[in-house]
Amino acid sequence: MTPLTMLARPEEDARLRPLPWRRMAWVTWRQHRFALGGVTVLLGAFAVYLWLTGLQLHHAYATACHPVSSLACAMNFTGRYGITGIFVSVALQAVPPLIGAFAGAPVLARELETGTFRYAWTQAFGRWRWAVAKLVLLAVAVAAAAEAFSLLFSWYNQPFFAAGYVIPLSTRVFDLHGIAFAAWTLAAFAIGVLAGMLIRRVVPAIAATLAVYAGLALATTVYLREHYMAPLITSRLNLPGSAWVVSQWYAKDGRFAFPSRGSQLVSALSRYCPGNFDGSPAQCLSRHGYTQWSAYQPGSRFWPFQWIEGGWLLALSVLLIAAAVWLVRRRAA
Amino acid sequence: MSMSMNVIEASGLGKRYGGTWALRECSLAIPAGHVAALVGPNGAGKTTLLNLAVGLAAPSAGGVTVLGGLPAGSPEALDGIAFVAQDTPVYRNLSVADMLHLTRSLNRRFDQSYARARLNELGIPLKRKAGRLSGGQQAQLALTLALARRPRLLVLDEPVAMLDPVARHDFMATVLAAMVDDGVSVVLSSHVLAELERVADYLILLSRGRVQMAGEVDDLLAGHRILTGPAAEAGNFAERPVVHASRAEAQAHLLIRAAADDPVPPGWEAHPVSLEELVLAYLREPGAAALPGPAREPSKVTR
Repeated sequence: MTPLTMLARPEEDARLRPLPWRRMAWVTWRQHRFALGGVTVLLGAFAVYLWLTGLQLHHAYATACHPVSSLACAMNFTGRYGITGIFVSVALQAVPPLIGAFAGAPVLARELETGTFRYAWTQAFGRWRWAVAKLVLLAVAVAAAAEAFSLLFSWYNQPFFAAGYVIPLSTRVFDLHGIAFAAWTLAAFAIGVLAGMLIRRVVPAIAATLAVYAGLALATTVYLREHYMAPLITSRLNLPGSAWVVSQWYAKDGRFAFPSRGSQLVSALSRYCPGNFDGSPAQCLSRHGYTQWSAYQPGSRFWPFQWIEGGWLLALSVLLIAAAVWLVRRRAA
Repeated sequence: MSMSMNVIEASGLGKRYGGTWALRECSLAIPAGHVAALVGPNGAGKTTLLNLAVGLAAPSAGGVTVLGGLPAGSPEALDGIAFVAQDTPVYRNLSVADMLHLTRSLNRRFDQSYARARLNELGIPLKRKAGRLSGGQQAQLALTLALARRPRLLVLDEPVAMLDPVARHDFMATVLAAMVDDGVSVVLSSHVLAELERVADYLILLSRGRVQMAGEVDDLLAGHRILTGPAAEAGNFAERPVVHASRAEAQAHLLIRAAADDPVPPGWEAHPVSLEELVLAYLREPGAAALPGPAREPSKVTR
């Protein structure tokens, strides 16, 4: 637009300045306070539980685990609380998909299902700005709540860490610490929003969100995460305690022989190391010319991996939400 | 607002859903300052046309402008148009007061005192959840929210279809008051013909996705009449523009296009036509589409 045409209709231009974004804050809160309240209750209940059991956990660790290799630590700390810790971290894996399904999926699906979009999208605020404001506010709110919760969980999990009971890159630590938990929650929300926009009905959108999230989380944990950085490869047998071993295999004369598990290993062991042998299978086989190689991700890569996973999840979430906004903008009634 | 501008203007407008045209080759111009009724059977394309006009849907062909040339759905257009959708959707778990606050937040203008006074008059409590209001109250709430935006054009899609006669009457009284007091132009769709006769002074008849008739109601009524005479002579009207013919025993009723001062043939009686009769006649004869034709200049279209 040239300056001339801008001057031509000063009154019109002034009148039609877009409505301020801040007006959507009240609108979003008022319309989604039950969803946001639900997220708060879900995380709050878990938080109270983590706080109470975490205090016991920290106390047990402080009294029993000097040193951590002591029998008292094994009995009174890891033996007593280890199962609880596993149970808690498994339960927490369900929190992001629940937030995505019950806070994310209905945001647009309910408008479309009940027809209220015909009201919302014909107000002067404008439909795509309405969508941007609402989705960004809600996304930031759920991600912030998840991050706060994640910090509490890090505190809860810290004694297990110190006792060497968990390693940093294991699922029960990596997914729930750092920025990964917030990033997964954000991604779940974005999946829910787009599913709702595409499916246009609340209940099927909830089901689709859970299914898509489960697929993505599983694929990431099983296939994707180990490839974030090239693993370190070593023939040393005593790997650092914090290492996440990605794969192991045996080699002979510089060539791959067989993987370090399965029938080929069993037959090699029965051939070369029958009966009782000294040390581990790897030590015995090494006496027959076999070298065990390990590919592993060291625990020190926790933060680089967090940034990589957080980064692509954030990019994915932005993309999904942008797609939802684009659909709001062009979707015919 | 200039009375000569068109509040909705469409040219060659079409909308296709999948392989089906919901509306096609629709050209019309609805002038400002009217309560314009969009009538037609179910599936005629009324809702589609209104959705296109308020920017909820995008055209598959042609174009539509509002309020004197603004692109439908543009910020300027949304600012001047208030739309009440079919079944008057409201957020069921928000209170009436929240709906007011919501609408005020989403718009440049919102006449809070008008809205409160009107709801008070209607006996709609501000603290009640919108979902717990009766159907008539929900419709009145949606209409009040729309009018409090002080629009230049009010678009109503089947506003009274779900209402009982009393609620229907009250609703239309509100619409008429807004029209008279504030000069709001109104475009509404309906298939309740009896109601329209009382409120509408401009009519657009849609049939099978096309405009079949459009014009000011008075002009349309003055331009048509019913002739009653011997059935045997009905064939003599071949050169006359007969819209619809019906026979009862020896009598024929012909609805023809004719000015009031056209001579009546001997042996025949002429009667003025009611809006309902006129609409029904055109609906029964979809082939009569070409008669008044799609309106480019609505005031001339019926002659």
